[in-house]
Amino acid sequence: MIYNGIAGSEGIAAGRAYIYNNEQIESNEGIISSGAAEAELCKLDEGIRKSKAQIEELKKKVLSELDESKAMIFDAHMMMLEDPEFLETVRESIRADNVNAAYAVRKAADFYISIFGQIEDGYMRERAADIKDVSSRLIRNITGAPSDGLKKIDSPVIIVAHDLTPSDTASMNRNIVLGFATDIGGGTSHAAIMAKGLGIPAVLGLGDISKKVKDGDYIIIDGTEGKVIINPDAGLKEEYKLKINEYKKQREKFEGSAFLPAVTTDGRKLEIAGNIGTPEDIESVIARGGDGVGLFRTEFLYMDRDSLPTEEEQFEEYRKAAAAFEGKPVIIRTLDIGGDKKLRYLELPEEMNPFLGWRAIRICLERKDIFKTQLRAILRASKYGNIMIMFPMISGIGELRAAKEVLEDAKSELKRENIEFNEDIKVGIMVEIPSAAITADTIAKEADFFSIGTNDLCQYSLAVDRMNPKVSKLFQPLHPGILKLIKHVIDASHRHGIFTGMCGGMAGSGEAAIILLGLGLDEYSMSAASIPVIKSIIRNVSYEKAKEIASHALELETPEEVLEYSRSIMKQLNIEYI
Amino acid sequence: MITEKVTILNETGLHARPASVFVNTAAKFKSDLTIQKDGKKVNAKSILSVLGLGISKGTELTISAEGPDEEEAVSKLVQLIKQGINE
Repeated sequence: MIYNGIAGSEGIAAGRAYIYNNEQIESNEGIISSGAAEAELCKLDEGIRKSKAQIEELKKKVLSELDESKAMIFDAHMMMLEDPEFLETVRESIRADNVNAAYAVRKAADFYISIFGQIEDGYMRERAADIKDVSSRLIRNITGAPSDGLKKIDSPVIIVAHDLTPSDTASMNRNIVLGFATDIGGGTSHAAIMAKGLGIPAVLGLGDISKKVKDGDYIIIDGTEGKVIINPDAGLKEEYKLKINEYKKQREKFEGSAFLPAVTTDGRKLEIAGNIGTPEDIESVIARGGDGVGLFRTEFLYMDRDSLPTEEEQFEEYRKAAAAFEGKPVIIRTLDIGGDKKLRYLELPEEMNPFLGWRAIRICLERKDIFKTQLRAILRASKYGNIMIMFPMISGIGELRAAKEVLEDAKSELKRENIEFNEDIKVGIMVEIPSAAITADTIAKEADFFSIGTNDLCQYSLAVDRMNPKVSKLFQPLHPGILKLIKHVIDASHRHGIFTGMCGGMAGSGEAAIILLGLGLDEYSMSAASIPVIKSIIRNVSYEKAKEIASHALELETPEEVLEYSRSIMKQLNIEYI
Repeated sequence: MITEKVTILNETGLHARPASVFVNTAAKFKSDLTIQKDGKKVNAKSILSVLGLGISKGTELTISAEGPDEEEAVSKLVQLIKQGINE
């Protein structure tokens, strides 16, 4: 049986299931005799002491295996165990209500959980989960119930549970736990973040998987696709075995070095950034050593809803991304709808050729209300990090000027309202229409950077609809015509002292990486999974050699020749890629 | 007893990390310390109570202290808030 859930952490694992039951232990209303209070207070103190020692140990483990940001949660747990109000409430309840320590802890914890749970705020909900986690630990230590169940597992398993707390995930032995599957949780939940940090696959939000799987069932979890297969047949099992081996080999090789900078052997430093399309992608890009965001697609903010997102909603998402990257560049692309992307609440005419129609900046320059709201949100977020603005679908200097005019408008509004923002925010364009590429010299005078969007640039330059299977094989980014266009754009940008990045699929292609390096590309932006691979390629070649390779590639006559040449070069230089 | 009013200036308010910083600072003093928001008064050394107040940017708080180091405690906490809690 195959079940679909949320892809929480990439990778595939197969093995025996271990059903982990961490539901709250019932602490029955143990009424105690009036003389027993002293003994219960002693039990409480002993429970607190034990819990603190365990938390300290977990924190050390997480610090050594992961990093400080993930260990911080245990500082919060520690503070709760030292909270004078919480402890006084518990003690008072033991003394005055004649209840045992475990029950008193549960009652006090439930009180705070209900207060925090009422506050509509993600942070407070997480703290409610922390209180639950830490109070369960304390109760286990008071009652002597078995604790840290996951620590005892000694053969490789896939954990299946209703939900996993930070204490659960932190106590897992990463060499034994192959992955996990849970009933609840999503892409940004604590469990997903921990799984990504540990580098093990996880599928979350499966509904009632913990009821469907039995202890010892053979299961496969695919954290890339968000799938769980219970008791697969022999064929499927074999297929996944191969997949797992392949995946392991590749990942070990590249991820081990993901955090090393992308510097060529002769010292040219490249920026290898990630493309993000949802808030969840931020964590993946960071986990794979991305040097920032080269393309923040903002469409997710507009889709799957019934009205335009407010300035406030947008501001919050942009601010979060800017803050998460701590000063590394985050290039936000303004709204790119139309074409194949439609919005429920905004009527877009049916078009014969939607990709040549009313889309992206063309819509924004007519619907300045929508555009300005987004620009205001981006500007406001700009003081929280290193945000740059990128306009899509610019065909010539006129559109850039018109878009910048709206931006200036938004800036003066904010100034009048005394709202702070980065006044020197960098503004660039996506180079994806051939006319923009050809007139790059003109546009470079008024732009702060270029980012080549190879998917559309190829579609428009080669006149190929990628979605049409009849012609999709003609979609060839290594076409000499495309390479020459890219070179023209990069050279123009450098003549005017600005940088050129690339955020299309070509930027994440191992076969194109060295040629692009040699053409002088300054920044590559791609999906998170490709970052470690491209970084590794860059580190294994010199810029001088790459220039030679690129100039030879430019002399070749067909895409097939370029591809073959690139492959032979990679082999000759002994550079591995996926 | 020493009392002083102060307005929260940092973006996140007394929330997340700033709340921990505030409570940890308060815990260093011997005096009894409270903060009051809209008539609700809680122990400033209790992270759960402080978080439970839901203090956001722009909130006016009353900080009170009673004990051997009351003056120092109030001035230190007020200073911390005025500096934006190192945020």
